[in-house]
Amino acid sequence: MFNSLSERLQDTFDKLRGKGKLTEADINVAMREIRMALLEADVNFRVVKDFVASCKEKCLTAEVLDSLTPAQNVVRIVLDQLTELLGTTESKLVLAQNRTPNVIMLVGLQGSGKTTAAAKLAYLLKGQGHSPLLAACDTHRPAAADQLATLGSEIGVPVFRGDGKDAVKVASASIREAVDHLNDIVIVDTAGRLQIDEEMMQEAVAIKQAVKPDQILMVVDAMTGQDIVNVVQTFAERVDFDGVIMSKLDGDARGGGALSVRAVTGKPIKFVSMGEKPDSLEVFHPDRMAKRILGM
Amino acid sequence: FYMGGEVDEDFWEDLEDTLVMGDMGGELAMRVADDLREQAARENLTRADQLRDALAKRLAQEFRTADRDPFEDVPSCVLFVGINGAGKTTTVGKLAGRARDEGKSCLIGGADTFRAAAIEQLEVWGKRAGVDVITRERGADPASVCYDVVEEAEKRGSQLVLIDTAGRLHTSSDLMRELAKVVNVTRKRCTSMPVTVVLVIDATTGQNGLAQAKEFNDALDLDGLIVTKLDGTAKGGIALAISDQLGLPIYRIGVGESIDDLETFDALDFCRALVGEGK
Ligand SMILES: Nc1nc2c(ncn2[C@@H]2O[C@H](COP(=O)(O)OP(=O)(O)OP(=O)(O)O)[C@@H](O)[C@H]2O)c(=O)[nH]1
Ligand SMILES: Nc1nc2c(ncn2[C@@H]2O[C@H](COP(=O)(O)OP(=O)(O)OP(=O)(O)O)[C@@H](O)[C@H]2O)c(=O)[nH]1
Ligand SMILES: [K+]
Ligand SMILES: [Mg+2]
Ligand SMILES: [Mg+2]
Repeated sequence: MFNSLSERLQDTFDKLRGKGKLTEADINVAMREIRMALLEADVNFRVVKDFVASCKEKCLTAEVLDSLTPAQNVVRIVLDQLTELLGTTESKLVLAQNRTPNVIMLVGLQGSGKTTAAAKLAYLLKGQGHSPLLAACDTHRPAAADQLATLGSEIGVPVFRGDGKDAVKVASASIREAVDHLNDIVIVDTAGRLQIDEEMMQEAVAIKQAVKPDQILMVVDAMTGQDIVNVVQTFAERVDFDGVIMSKLDGDARGGGALSVRAVTGKPIKFVSMGEKPDSLEVFHPDRMAKRILGM
Repeated sequence: FYMGGEVDEDFWEDLEDTLVMGDMGGELAMRVADDLREQAARENLTRADQLRDALAKRLAQEFRTADRDPFEDVPSCVLFVGINGAGKTTTVGKLAGRARDEGKSCLIGGADTFRAAAIEQLEVWGKRAGVDVITRERGADPASVCYDVVEEAEKRGSQLVLIDTAGRLHTSSDLMRELAKVVNVTRKRCTSMPVTVVLVIDATTGQNGLAQAKEFNDALDLDGLIVTKLDGTAKGGIALAISDQLGLPIYRIGVGESIDDLETFDALDFCRALVGEGK
């Protein structure tokens, strides 16, 4: 459908090459290509505006303008800036040393991948020698607890269902259950909710107050478009999550939303999810994500 | 050249931003805005509300209208396909409830034998709707389920058959091949009524939606779309891009998680929301 950004920039600069030294106008042409590439990758348009403005400044140096390889220079600047914005270090789970059980709570929109991610986290932590408990606190979606129970039994992790009626009560009871059964981590799966659904957002806050999570992770679908900023902004304000799991990156979505999440909330991406199976949770690498967003 | 009108450069920038923000895609948004500029000059439209109205009307015409409503014109067999978590199972449940309200005899097929508790989820929906679900155990061949469902529907003389399939990414060639088999078996087996294949797409989907739709269309020869989760703040502009490029009608829209949260598609309403109201 479209060439990679490098090729596009190369084309652009080749056309300008005849004129000798590049000018600000030439850089503007390149910046338009970058803007398009980022929009195609679903980076939010406001984030794109700011990002392109700051890249432009860096590109207007003699080093770039006089260079024999301006396209490569521009791409390098864009890539570095993008990587830096996405977070410069690998982010991991932070668990409290002095509290048992630790609690991890998952939140997000409907169908984003929370229940699957809960099982994946449990599988990961079990492999590290922990003894996790999965708490089925989605009392809204049909058969949500069955889904978690099935996944739990596949990976040999217990699932607490409680009365299956009141999410907040199930959440509180799951902590007692973990204490009784010596589980050192509780992973709380919650129902999908829209950020504009006041009642459901209040429920998320109530679950949070009941279990006092050490980490709240928001699960975000890699295919999400421009609306992601509205969603994560409200979740950040209301629930104040600590980090993001980006799901469904096994497809070919560019995942520009990762940049928007970072730019808008400052929250790190902690994991990426690469499939439906329990072992498909991977650590986030900002440099790989930057290349993916740019289609490199 | 918009002297005297309320329209200035800010208007055009704001309009383009609104379209991009609605997930229409940067290039399509730019093209649409440029076309509108020409139309404005030609027809001497100078007020922002006039322009937005003209644009909404023109965009609404881009949608192909359906020759046939597969949920009204019975007997009919419909397969629901799409990527993971788009809203297929929920949509089947809602449509079954609607069919039952209208007095149509309906049967649900559960051909998602893959995802954990997909069958249990569909069975809850079947109970809510008061419609029987035909399925097999987890791990069973989904094409065989379709065979069973069609056979049972013919035996009962069911008017509407709704078949749920497992979510899958369009990039997974194995799973796409499996789905093509499911669709082909159903098309071959089901001779007593037309078979419609509907792609379910989440309104929050960004530009990847186009690649999704193309791959599903290439593999399955789609008949139409259903857009879900329009009750959120996402405008679903990707549906316009898909409908425009692949010439697919939108049969219904999903506006919530309850059984009644399904509406017929109104192109002009949809486009008015996409074009925005301005500041
Ligand atoms: N290909 C792929 N599919 C995924 C991934 N993560 C989740 N899924 C699938 O996406 C669909 C939705 O996942 P769930 O875990 O049920 O999502 P959820 O957020 O719990 O959904 P609700 O509880 O309904 O809000 C399922 O079909 C999962 O198998 C992923 O990383 N890759
Ligand atoms: N707000 C809202 N939520 C919806 C709508 N349609 C479906 N959902 C929710 O989205 C989530 C996923 O819906 P499903 O019907 O399970 O999606 P699916 O496509 O069958 O998912 P897989 O079978 O896992 O691929 C559930 O939590 C549904 O309640 C809608 O129109 N609006
Ligand atoms: K909406
Ligand atoms: Mg869930
Ligand atoms: Mg389903």
